[in-house]
Amino acid sequence: MSRSTYASPSISASRIQMPSLETVAAWLLALVWIFPLLYAVWAAIHPSDFVASFDLFAPLTASNFIDAWNEAPFMRYYLNTFLMVTGILIGQFIVCTLAGFAFARFPVPGRDVLFMLVLIQLFVFPEVLIVENYRIASGLGLVDTIAGIGLPYIASAFGIFLLRQTFKTIPRELEDAARIEGCSWMGVLLKVYVPLAKPTYLAYGLVSVSHHWNNFLWPLVVTNSVETRPLTVGLAIFSAPETGVNWATISAATLLSIAPLLIAFLLFQRQFVQSFLRVGIR
Amino acid sequence: MRAVNSDRRMQVYGALLLLPAAILLGTFAYLPTIATLIDSLFLPGIRGEPPAFGGLANYQALIEDATFWKVARNNLVYALGTIPTSIALALGMALFVNARLPGRGFVRMAYFTPTILPMIAAANIWMFFYAPQIGLFNNLLDVLGIDGPNWLGNPRIALFSVIMMTIWKEAGFFMIFYLAALQSLPPDLQEAADLEGTTRWSFFWRVTFPLLMPTTLFVMINALINAVRVVDHLFILTKGGPNNATNLLLYYVYENAFSFFDRPYAATITVVILVVLAIVATVKFTVLDRRIHYQ
Repeated sequence: MSRSTYASPSISASRIQMPSLETVAAWLLALVWIFPLLYAVWAAIHPSDFVASFDLFAPLTASNFIDAWNEAPFMRYYLNTFLMVTGILIGQFIVCTLAGFAFARFPVPGRDVLFMLVLIQLFVFPEVLIVENYRIASGLGLVDTIAGIGLPYIASAFGIFLLRQTFKTIPRELEDAARIEGCSWMGVLLKVYVPLAKPTYLAYGLVSVSHHWNNFLWPLVVTNSVETRPLTVGLAIFSAPETGVNWATISAATLLSIAPLLIAFLLFQRQFVQSFLRVGIR
Repeated sequence: MRAVNSDRRMQVYGALLLLPAAILLGTFAYLPTIATLIDSLFLPGIRGEPPAFGGLANYQALIEDATFWKVARNNLVYALGTIPTSIALALGMALFVNARLPGRGFVRMAYFTPTILPMIAAANIWMFFYAPQIGLFNNLLDVLGIDGPNWLGNPRIALFSVIMMTIWKEAGFFMIFYLAALQSLPPDLQEAADLEGTTRWSFFWRVTFPLLMPTTLFVMINALINAVRVVDHLFILTKGGPNNATNLLLYYVYENAFSFFDRPYAATITVVILVVLAIVATVKFTVLDRRIHYQ
């Protein structure tokens, strides 16, 4: 994010008084906003007696994490989430690239109408259609499979839209040059279009991964065993009040399931924020 | 002749490229949408019998279903409770972070972090805040000598508690769009205003805020969609209770389909959601896309 050029030096003198109040407000809000996460960390690294009493010298412990890890098959959940997120990403890249390429460059009859039809999916999500999608998934034998979680998301209108936009900005001369050298259409796509759209793939990929890492409702509906459940569903089952697990352990489990994405975010903040922006503004 | 041929070839090739997406969208978007409409016209088969055609009977039942109206009203309150507040907060955050601020990186990170968490994890954490006796909020109120309410158990404030959590989760996400918009505003506007001696307050309301309108509308559409489609936190916080006080439309669909096993009725409620989304989409494509020209 580029530095703002807003406050020019000539006027800063008149504003020296103001920022202090704003700074206090900004910081207060920031502390309030980060507090829940810090609190979860606090609860997770202390014995459960300290969940609601803050004592700077409370003893640290790792036992909550060990308990959480032993009480639920988190290793399996990690694997499931990883397989699901990767599978969705690869599928989306392939399907959306082909469709985006067709929409950008091929004179398919009724192209604009078809494109509008695709855009409808920006509003009608698989989550909204859980009832019928469940029926279709079970008809295809996809219930309780990782493919079943992922397939409804593969033909993503978002991805098709973004890649079409990107492909359209690539000058035709590059394509023509490649054609003259005897490249097939697939060759043109893979050697000219895809490499030039790399930033779009990165942005879309980051957004897709974080969305599906966090997704819950459809995975909840379509899975019913440990072998397929992703982290979010596993975590929800683990922390259901009926199970009587204590808070410190739930905190530890919560942190365990968000850790990979959270750490990735903290390391690559700029890329994350810019990806969300790029994919969001259309 | 040859040109026609190659044109034809291009068309076929393009159609083939579209095929995988078409099959998948057909199977998981269009087919289920149509099936939802058809299903809503049938009555569930009793004791294993096949469903019987019921015309608009489900819609009749829907209109007479007090719970449905309560849930629809909840959803409206939820939208009205979350959207304006999170938009205002997002704008405030963006203005903070766009200005000179010590520790700006940290502040921006703090605002944005809830966005990265899954709703389930966020709900887990807020559960500790809201719990009746041992929860953090009531502990803090206890210190002040106030007897805290049952945040999620009291039907009169449970929805408010859910709204509060949602605002916390969403505001940081909307902030980044405002931040990007603020940074693309031409700096000479500010310079001109300074020459004129415009106060910051009137500069904000007369210049910045109107120029941010496209962003506000964009964020509003997204917030509206989220208010209909994200119900994950209810699974942890309230399960729609107490007595449906926090139930939202999509959660009610889930309950009907997977707890009460009344699929046609669930489909009927889904139709209501689809209608709402269709209205949002129409507004977006007809009104907004014509007025907003960014990119």
